[in-house]
Amino acid sequence: MRILVVEDDPVLLNGLKVGLGLSGATVDEVSTCADARAALASSRFDAVVLDLMLPDGSGLELLAALRARDDATPVLLLTALDDTGDRVRGLDAGADDYLGKPFDLDELAARVRAIARRGHGRAGPTLKAGGLELDPATLSATLDGHAVTLSRREFAVLSALMERPGIIRSKAEIEERLYGWQEEVESNTVEVHIHNLRSKVGRGVIETVRGLGYRLPGPQ
Amino acid sequence: MNSLRRRLFLILLVATGAIWLCAAAWTTLSSRSELERVLDTRLQEAARMVHSLVADGNVTAAAQAPAFSDTGYERQLSCQIWSLGGKLVARSSGAPDSALSGPDEGFSQREVNGEDWRVYTILDTDKGVRVMVGDRSGLRDRLVRDLVAGLLGPLVLVVPLLGLLIWVSLGRGLRPLETVATDIAQRDGEDMRAVSPADAPIEVRPLLEALNGLFRKVEAARLHEREVTAFAAHELRTPLAGLKTQAQIALSAPDGATREGALRQILVSVDRTARLVRQLLALAKLEADPPQAPEWVDAGALLREIAQQSPPPAGVTVLIDADLDGLTRPGGREALHLVLRNLHENAVEHMGGTGLIRWRRTPDGLCVEDEGPGIPQEELPRVMERFYRGRHRSASGSGLGLTIASLAAARAGARLRLENRTDRSGLRADLAWS
Repeated sequence: MRILVVEDDPVLLNGLKVGLGLSGATVDEVSTCADARAALASSRFDAVVLDLMLPDGSGLELLAALRARDDATPVLLLTALDDTGDRVRGLDAGADDYLGKPFDLDELAARVRAIARRGHGRAGPTLKAGGLELDPATLSATLDGHAVTLSRREFAVLSALMERPGIIRSKAEIEERLYGWQEEVESNTVEVHIHNLRSKVGRGVIETVRGLGYRLPGPQ
Repeated sequence: MNSLRRRLFLILLVATGAIWLCAAAWTTLSSRSELERVLDTRLQEAARMVHSLVADGNVTAAAQAPAFSDTGYERQLSCQIWSLGGKLVARSSGAPDSALSGPDEGFSQREVNGEDWRVYTILDTDKGVRVMVGDRSGLRDRLVRDLVAGLLGPLVLVVPLLGLLIWVSLGRGLRPLETVATDIAQRDGEDMRAVSPADAPIEVRPLLEALNGLFRKVEAARLHEREVTAFAAHELRTPLAGLKTQAQIALSAPDGATREGALRQILVSVDRTARLVRQLLALAKLEADPPQAPEWVDAGALLREIAQQSPPPAGVTVLIDADLDGLTRPGGREALHLVLRNLHENAVEHMGGTGLIRWRRTPDGLCVEDEGPGIPQEELPRVMERFYRGRHRSASGSGLGLTIASLAAARAGARLRLENRTDRSGLRADLAWS
């Protein structure tokens, strides 16, 4: 799950990056409207955590511009102004959820998971494909009812493939889910993760499509 | 009690009374002169009548004139007929024995037996008689008195009635004022709606308009206060959210490095929040405290003290020109300290770690120049607003430093002006005493 956090307070921004990272998300952080616009134009995110008061403008304007160009990326608004009127304005401007500061990190993570899930068109909390089941809330996986231990990155690769079984995911797409901009991508990491996953959940689960990428067998 | 109604009542009563007194005096005078004229004419006629009845000097007077009761206005006139030789030929009853007037013809005034008489005399040398007809002046006075009393008496009786009428009318006339007062008195503290001056009398309108002006000012001040409170809440909640998030990370961190990172962030945030709270308190104190008595302060010495208390990071040099020493300025040590410290901190924060901050003397006071990025021109008018943090915000800035500096400068009797340096990038803050 890749998330964009737009917040101008450096300590909170760091906390959101680390905290959401601990819950299994890949987080990109920006602190101005301009940077957020650039990030949203160049990458796809599963969800955006957006502060309302930013140094170069209002989060609401950013949100309105996003919705105006038909970008359906789920957005959670974060603000210290917890007046009902502000909440209503935020939600009516196209936000999917709203959280007042200070908030509980676990609650924020759960809400972000929920809006991201809805953004992918899923209602259920877990990802299922074949005998595999992933629970993004606990970062746990089971294969035919038996627990499988996965690393955070392995979990991210597997959930990227399981979100849309049968669809091919390119190596670049998977890398985008694994790393934020600031992180250095090692050239063969995706292959390493796929190799490790196959040894944990079985050889036949992940198909390699030569020259294109990877996929899980689609529903027949 | 200063009552408008009582005041108006007294003014109206005194004015009415004065007019009445004038009218009474005028009536008295005109009645008297008219009466004099009528009575004089009567004297003249009576004298002529008696004269025409006298054939010659040998008039035989009645031995005994019929007696009349001497009451009221009766027996006003007395008549004497004298021979030219000086002998009293005849007289009316009640007339004195001695002559009422001198020998000359016409009107005369004379005192006879202790009474003033007004007399008309006809001298007839053919008949050899002198006819005198007179009346008592005292009687005339009584006539005038009675006449005037008859005119003024009823008016005196009407005075209380008139007073009552004025009092009631004033009450009715002042009712719109009472209506407005009741309207305002019934409001609660939150109700700042303007009082509608449309249906009020024009005399009350300026008062209502002034009142509405006050309402507008109070409402604006309250809005401003609410805005500041909302901003303060935002500025305090954001670091709180940061603290809580980092604390939760520290609690659930899977490894020591993450936990240590979170704890370090908490320290940074606590320091920044402490500074924010200090700034908020300084601002509240500045706004609430009464102005200090002017006191001459050595700005140079104060500046060195501040630079020592909050030393700049290693790469930043603070240069305080020597001629600032002994630059004394009026305006309270505390206020001046706030201005200089906030300008110093502001300059240090925006230097990006290296460069020169220079304090210089100017003709009107002093200025400080830094080598930071300056302030974008369009943000300059807004940077002194509370919590305004422009694009070149520093990590630890609260958005209050320049607000405090400008307020404290005003307290110290100086004006703070900010402008971007023209010789290079950087900000110049100019503190001028006029």
